[in-house]
Amino acid sequence: MFQIRIHGRGGQGVVTAAELLSVAGFREGRHAQAFPSFGSERTGAPVVAFCRLDTKPIRLREPILAPDALIIQDPTLLHQVDVFGGLTKDGYILINTSRTFEELGLEEFASGFRPERLYTVPATEFALKHFGRPLPNAALLGGFAAATQQISLESVSAAIREKFPTKVAEANIAAAAEAFAYVTQQTQEAASA
Amino acid sequence: MLKQIEGSAAVAESVALCRPQVICAYPISPQTHIVEGLGKLVAAGQLKPCEFINVESEFAAMSVAIGASAAGARAYTATASQGLLFMAEAVFNAAGLGLPIVMTVANRAIGAPINIWNDHTDALSQRDCGWIQLFAEDNQEALDLHIQAFRLAEELSLPVMVCMDGFILTHAYERVDMPTQEQVDAYLPPYEPRQVLDPANPVSIGAMVGPEAFMEVRYLAHAKQRQALELIPAWAGEFKRIFGRESGGLTHTYRLEDAETVVVALGSVLGTIKDTVDEMRAGGVKIGVLGISCFRPWPTVAVRAALAQAKRVVVLEKSLAVGVGGIVSNNVSAAYPGSPDNVHTVIAGLGGRAITRGSLQKVFDQAIAGKLDPVTFLDLDYSIVDRVLKREREQRRSGPIAEAILRELGVVAAKIG
Repeated sequence: MFQIRIHGRGGQGVVTAAELLSVAGFREGRHAQAFPSFGSERTGAPVVAFCRLDTKPIRLREPILAPDALIIQDPTLLHQVDVFGGLTKDGYILINTSRTFEELGLEEFASGFRPERLYTVPATEFALKHFGRPLPNAALLGGFAAATQQISLESVSAAIREKFPTKVAEANIAAAAEAFAYVTQQTQEAASA
Repeated sequence: MLKQIEGSAAVAESVALCRPQVICAYPISPQTHIVEGLGKLVAAGQLKPCEFINVESEFAAMSVAIGASAAGARAYTATASQGLLFMAEAVFNAAGLGLPIVMTVANRAIGAPINIWNDHTDALSQRDCGWIQLFAEDNQEALDLHIQAFRLAEELSLPVMVCMDGFILTHAYERVDMPTQEQVDAYLPPYEPRQVLDPANPVSIGAMVGPEAFMEVRYLAHAKQRQALELIPAWAGEFKRIFGRESGGLTHTYRLEDAETVVVALGSVLGTIKDTVDEMRAGGVKIGVLGISCFRPWPTVAVRAALAQAKRVVVLEKSLAVGVGGIVSNNVSAAYPGSPDNVHTVIAGLGGRAITRGSLQKVFDQAIAGKLDPVTFLDLDYSIVDRVLKREREQRRSGPIAEAILRELGVVAAKIG
């Protein structure tokens, strides 16, 4: 089982991101479960959503306490919520920011994890560029696909098409593709460094 | 057809396949997505003939369902929590009149303090109202149970409540196998009412009944529920024949072979319990699970048979009979052939408190070691409770309890579990 926890704020499409991820997993023949943290959703309030991917049916209903991957849609949460809680030592982190882990003050924290699995992605910038609105969720899923290779960019795109009308879908797919390329490039640079 | 969709969307599609003719709806979380989904199908002309009636309250929703059902229509509504309480009088009336209405209850806590999250207090508060109450373990079962519910309701002329855990199921995206219209039509024939308001053949429904006949009418409601104990497994069997999968029935058993400890529960928490039991079985612990799919009528014989070999029983329930302890466990104790001292009540998940494998294993281990209290509150923070009690001893005007606890806890939504 591969478990993903997504942190963000109400209005950033956190719950939708988990749902899209589950649809992408389903399209690849996996069993997938997505669910929100069940808050009374208020714009700007911290929101958590969860997604599990597995090759067999998923019965477990507890929140994801030890994620294999974390997607953090809003870096201002780093100082408010225990976003890294329970992350496995081999875990992946994607943070939506144009800054680096060092610039975020996370250098010491990051030293406990595998550096090639820690990514920052300027997903809001990609969303604004392609979509005109600061909704980073789709772009981050593109980045997630590149970073973890748990699902393909094609499945993410198909899930987005299933959920949204064509125009919105295509803009989000473009943002996801740019984030995918961005993360792939980071991975290649790290490998050759 | 396999689909990856939200639980509420799956239930809406499934209800639509049952061809309801009147849907009355009043929004309340976490049920709202279901009736929104049905509303869209009616508006798009994909579900017809069907009248979708927006009403002004839950009391109106059940009243309209009663009127529609009495007029011979297949009627459906959905609610949760305070909504169910607000319609309570009409809920009893629907059962007392013997009208085969189907209602989804997206289980949610009851206030005060107001809480929108999941537990079973709402449905269990109505356990003696005369409705059949079925509980879904996952979204596949939730959608399947609705199809069975219409068949059962109309066969018995009794209303059926399909209970599914609010948010945990209603808002979860998971894989479901959506039946075809042909399959549902083969299982569920058009509604043939036992009683109908028909101007060509006038009757009155809902007469006042005095002491001379009230006992008999009530007894017949009880007798019909006893009949349901035979029909529910039969209709689940017929369901399997047409749809090719097991769903519904009275109970589900899991790894009961040689089990000395049996955990009893309702609803979606059974999945987490089964995963915990698998881990404990791998360590050599003889433990199994009894899931209650049908809570009303209470399946005494099936429960007794499932628990016959159990040395101890742990009833894990998302409800609390304040001043007593468990509600489900009272029913289980009455059916358990062993000593009631060996039935432990674990109250868990009230108001959406997460139920984790770690906490479950701890409490099951305690039961096996003979160290579990008769009534336990899973993951209760006694330090907070003790501080409140201390303050109440020391100060007359100790203030509102909920607000004081929230102040002590600090930032909300900062915790993940």
